[in-house]
Amino acid sequence: MTFIPLFFVLPLAAAFIIPILGKIAKSLIWIFVTLVSFALFVLALYGAAVTQEVPMIVYQMGNWPPPLGIVMAFDSFSAFMTLVISMLVFAGSVFSLRYISHYTGQWKFYTLYMLITAGMMGIVITGDLFNMFVFLEIAAISSYALVAFGVDAEELEASFKYMVMGEVGGLTFLLAIALLYAKTSTLNLADISNSLQLVGHTPFFWLVLGMMLLAFSIKSAFVPFHSWLPDAHPAAPAPISSLLSGIFIKVLGMYTAARIIFNVFGLSRANAPALFNVLVGIGLLSIAFAGVTALSQKDYKRLLGYSSVSQVGYIMLGFGIGNYYGVAGAIFYILAHALAKGLLFLTSGSVVNATGTRDLTKLAGLGEKMSTTAWSFRFGSMSLIGLPPFVGFFAKWLICLGALKAGFGWLAVVAIALSVLTLSYLLKIENSVFMKKGKTQAAKAPFTMRIAMVFLVVLIIVLGIGFQSVIEFIVGPAANALLRGLEYANLVFGSAAVGF
Amino acid sequence: MIIFLSCIILFLIGLYAIVTKRNLLKIVIGFALVEYAINLLFALIGFRSGMLAPIITQVDAPHRFVDPIPQALVLTAIVIALGTTALMLTVVLRIYNRYKTFDIAEIRKLKG
Repeated sequence: MTFIPLFFVLPLAAAFIIPILGKIAKSLIWIFVTLVSFALFVLALYGAAVTQEVPMIVYQMGNWPPPLGIVMAFDSFSAFMTLVISMLVFAGSVFSLRYISHYTGQWKFYTLYMLITAGMMGIVITGDLFNMFVFLEIAAISSYALVAFGVDAEELEASFKYMVMGEVGGLTFLLAIALLYAKTSTLNLADISNSLQLVGHTPFFWLVLGMMLLAFSIKSAFVPFHSWLPDAHPAAPAPISSLLSGIFIKVLGMYTAARIIFNVFGLSRANAPALFNVLVGIGLLSIAFAGVTALSQKDYKRLLGYSSVSQVGYIMLGFGIGNYYGVAGAIFYILAHALAKGLLFLTSGSVVNATGTRDLTKLAGLGEKMSTTAWSFRFGSMSLIGLPPFVGFFAKWLICLGALKAGFGWLAVVAIALSVLTLSYLLKIENSVFMKKGKTQAAKAPFTMRIAMVFLVVLIIVLGIGFQSVIEFIVGPAANALLRGLEYANLVFGSAAVGF
Repeated sequence: MIIFLSCIILFLIGLYAIVTKRNLLKIVIGFALVEYAINLLFALIGFRSGMLAPIITQVDAPHRFVDPIPQALVLTAIVIALGTTALMLTVVLRIYNRYKTFDIAEIRKLKG
């Protein structure tokens, strides 16, 4: 199956074509980037369709078979992640046209935008640990540069803070890879998984897993390590905030952690209940602490940044519950939160573009002047809070169902009760920016910005109403791919042997 | 065993610099130390006492060579470290132009 490498080759090639295009015809860059993002979206849909029939597609780089060469292992979970990434990349690129127009050096923005896409796509399709690290660094370095893109004092400070935290995480991951290589003499995820079974649950096993989880916790901003996110995400240009909060933290932190816990280390609630209880604890701590902190924020984007820390906790909660419904709920929540938070950050960009400020105390009365933005914000909020029939409701419902089935009735109650926090901090924005009477000067959002927002609103509604097919065709297979655990290794070697 | 542990100690010294130093440039130097420590660890993992450099001319003698994969990994890691260090120093320089100081205690426009 030769379409697999296209997922990162396409954006990587685009990233290197854009500087040349910038010299010849500047106006073409945006069209080019949007076309590439749309092509990725179509490719991801095709990938999702193919994985309906084949559980695992392996692409061997340079035709070297798995334990020796680098492989790309594409299963339902990868297909799901590529789909979510490409949705947000497409919406962000459409939105960028007018938002970026007042910055200088637009081609640099779009080059970095394509590099960050290539990095994320690479992480989710690779089947090799060191390759995963390289793609992780490609995505991370581009994101540091994009956070500092405005080169104002605050943006540089946020970028440096983010860089220090992110690199500590990245280097801890590299150290864990070194230790793992010393023990297993291989870098292939499937082969590592086989070797680790011979090692058993020794202190070494837990040390390496702990270091990796520490690295991923920093990357996805769980509560003791979250301090960089509320600075870095607001500092970035709005389409980038949308991409970073919407999907970046989940690819770098959640996808990698889930893949390594379930498929490589072969853990499940049955054989490591203590670890999964810790995951539930981390999730709850993030939801509660960041949710309360968000209530006192006065900056539109900073509030949304704290909200992201809080919402990612729900995903960890779902993975921590560890049964089919919990994991499927967590995966569904990745989709729901990506769409909703991506949309909310786009509305913040639209407001900043029209008024030039994101201070909640200075904004007022935009509900009538910018009706598309206001209604997009409302739909996004309703999905994030978890009201039916939007996509966020069904994700939360699956997580609660998982908690009930696992015998944690109290957890389901707490998870729903903590939605009140989400409701109250989002109402704060709704009240001060859109509902309150006021005379803030603002024009309607430009056409391309409205297109990008409406695209995400439509997805939130359509995927919410069609939740049954989403669960059956996309989320369910992805959850099964994770819960299949150590079967992952056999599938990779088996698929490589038959040439899929 | 001692040399492996000394790599970890070097890693921790770098981490100490990153966490406690108030000068931006010293933080960047801390990262350089951490990167050296990991690269050294990788090279040591592949090392076998008394073996040759992995330039294989005969097919039947793989046991006479050191493990070449960590060396390839170190090369990649060095390139990545170069990229991050360069970007970090660029940002540090820009911060200096804005704030006229390297002291993180005085660079505090962002609040809690």
